[in-house]
Amino acid sequence: MNTGSFTSKLDAMIGWARKFSIFQYPFVTACCGMEYMATACSHYDVDRFGAGLPRFSPRQSDVLFVVGTISHKIAPVLKQIYDQMADPKWVVAFGVCTCTGGFYDNYATVQGIDTIIPVDVYIPGCPPRPENVLDGLIKLQEKIQKQKQE
Amino acid sequence: MPDLHKKLKEKFPDKAIEIHNHRGDETAVIERGALVEAAQFLKTDPEFDFNVLMDLTAVDGLELKWTPRFEVVYHFYSFAKNHRLRIKVRICEKDAALPTLTGLWPAADWFEREVWDMFGIRFEGHPNLKRILMYEEFSGHPLRKDYPYNKRQPLIGPKN
Repeated sequence: MNTGSFTSKLDAMIGWARKFSIFQYPFVTACCGMEYMATACSHYDVDRFGAGLPRFSPRQSDVLFVVGTISHKIAPVLKQIYDQMADPKWVVAFGVCTCTGGFYDNYATVQGIDTIIPVDVYIPGCPPRPENVLDGLIKLQEKIQKQKQE
Repeated sequence: MPDLHKKLKEKFPDKAIEIHNHRGDETAVIERGALVEAAQFLKTDPEFDFNVLMDLTAVDGLELKWTPRFEVVYHFYSFAKNHRLRIKVRICEKDAALPTLTGLWPAADWFEREVWDMFGIRFEGHPNLKRILMYEEFSGHPLRKDYPYNKRQPLIGPKN
């Protein structure tokens, strides 16, 4: 206990445990949801990465998957869902609408969810292919592994 | 084709301002004061028998320099006769209001709320005329051509 090495190893161990037990909350509002489902099902199988168990309560989930266009009207709901999640928590912006608003540059659409909540991984695409989603998921795992565990 | 627009013109020679038939799409422009009367007739007359209001929307002619500025468009359909007719009513910006058709076709309820929300055209006698797509805090009517295309009114977060 008198050296720093022990805590860093503990961090690495907790990170390893956390990155393979991603309980997601799918906040699905639009067509990207189909691609999310394709990724979750057996052809691509996110369960290989320990993310196979979506929770439909924000209080039981670790990663908020924001999947689809976010309008200004639903933005407060998204913020509330995010606030209800317990730490540690991460956010994935799934699809170009959540990243930047996409081609919905209009009166109704939030121009990127990072104007409302912090985002850890951006997955572009309209919609992103499942390989792209898995790539994003692996990047999120790397981030969880490397970060300081609280 | 049954030439419904001509028959409507015969029935309301003064109130049907103009009629046309573009490749089978029949249209009649009705004077605003006669809308309810004409709609009642279109629904109940056995020859027309329009039991469905397919769509109700509006067009803003600001950039086309229309006078009056708005056109409210009604699309009617008859299941029994399998025919259609489009009715247009022109209204000006200062008095952008029409009588509601919710009493004749309950489907008009949400359509009229949408037209109110997007174009700011009121429907007098509507049971619940409030915004249907945008939030209550939203000001203005986004499909009007003078609504700035880059204007944002977010509920939370920065104006982007």
